[in-house]
Amino acid sequence: MSNQSSVEILTEWDIVAARQLGRNVAKELGFGTVDQARITTAISELARNIYLYAGQGRIEIQQLTENGLKGILIIAADQGPGIPDIRKVMEDGFSTSGGLGAGLPGVKRLMDEFRIETIPGEGTDIRATKWLR
Amino acid sequence: MVQKIENQYKEILNQYMQRQSEQNLYVGQNFSRQLISENISPEEVISVHKAAMQEIYGELPEFVWHSFDFLIEMMINYGLALQERQSLLQRQEELRVEMDLAANVQETLLKTPMPALAGLDIGLLSIPARKMNGDYIYFISDSEGHAGIAVADVIGKGLPAALCMSMVKFGMDSLNNSPADPKEVLGVINRVVEKSIDDSMFVSMFYGKYDSNDSTLTYGSAGHEPAILYRAKSNSFEELYAKGLLLGVSPAASYEQHTVQLEKDDLVIMMTDGVTEGRTDEGFIEREVIFELIDQKKDEPAQRIVQFVYDELERMQNAELRDDFTLVIYKKV
Repeated sequence: MSNQSSVEILTEWDIVAARQLGRNVAKELGFGTVDQARITTAISELARNIYLYAGQGRIEIQQLTENGLKGILIIAADQGPGIPDIRKVMEDGFSTSGGLGAGLPGVKRLMDEFRIETIPGEGTDIRATKWLR
Repeated sequence: MVQKIENQYKEILNQYMQRQSEQNLYVGQNFSRQLISENISPEEVISVHKAAMQEIYGELPEFVWHSFDFLIEMMINYGLALQERQSLLQRQEELRVEMDLAANVQETLLKTPMPALAGLDIGLLSIPARKMNGDYIYFISDSEGHAGIAVADVIGKGLPAALCMSMVKFGMDSLNNSPADPKEVLGVINRVVEKSIDDSMFVSMFYGKYDSNDSTLTYGSAGHEPAILYRAKSNSFEELYAKGLLLGVSPAASYEQHTVQLEKDDLVIMMTDGVTEGRTDEGFIEREVIFELIDQKKDEPAQRIVQFVYDELERMQNAELRDDFTLVIYKKV
């Protein structure tokens, strides 16, 4: 069962809208302040990647219920250039060294589950889930 | 566990709120170390703080609670930086273990049996500046009293130099244990190095062939630090210089060779530039310093002289080895 809503990312202000959407859903699901901050940071990071590297895309937030567990799913999808070397962007110190932020390894750490699919020239689809404990 | 930490934190905080003493701050700092060792992130600490304040004071102005929420938001990236650091430390440890294993493999790979020759006492020491050695000693000997020694040095150190050195070993192996003339050996190794090693890597090498039947040493050099001959009779040092390009520069390079006759108590000192290019606070160590050190111990067995020179040079450099250090001494007895 899922409940969804999404934000188109075109300008930097859309990153804020995506964060707001994520925070509302996280709060509604019962996540505490720290987890809310983690979830919104992950959304920020994913939305910023879309804004900076793909130009445009979409952040979708879904509420999940699975085996009695509640959770939040963030989907970041774009039709941008894709990521040629996933191993490199998933390496610690690759994106953070320039002060660019948490990077994809950061998103993976902030959430419980993380999956990335990317095709060079076609786009990227990232799904990250956090479960309520 | 979170509950336990929350209770402890609340207690320590409460003590401090009642009395702002150094003692209570000290207790707090010690507790923070425990939090770090249990991987409690900064944002969680603030959340625990907020909860503790709520329990201790109950009602506080709204802006206080908002400020904590803001602070939690501020700390998320610090928490991530901390986790990243931990994972990088772990990776560093993995690399360290891997390097240790590689160093062991290298040691086994580059092992060379020291020949036993009538009338010759051999001392040697080869110490890498880092884990992997870019210096190399290789002995070849036959049953007719001939023994060859190669002392090689890859320009550079660490892992790349060590990998490069394997090629020199395989080149020497291809000589099938026949201690040929230096110009021939250097020519063969030059072609191996030239063919199989990156253009930016060069190897210098000294090669000496000793004939115990007539106590002569025939030597050649590929851009290597000249060996030194100590003449016991005249109590003097001379350089054993031979012209030749570094290995790997040109496949057509050719090498000179010369022969010297060794007399009783003469010393042949072969080394890499890690010996001569050691630096003290006052600058490079002069060759004369090495001559003096050898002069002090020339009556001792070769291994003792080698060890003494190393110990003294290490002491002069405050135990800091900047380059791989290799020293071999032949003593005619």
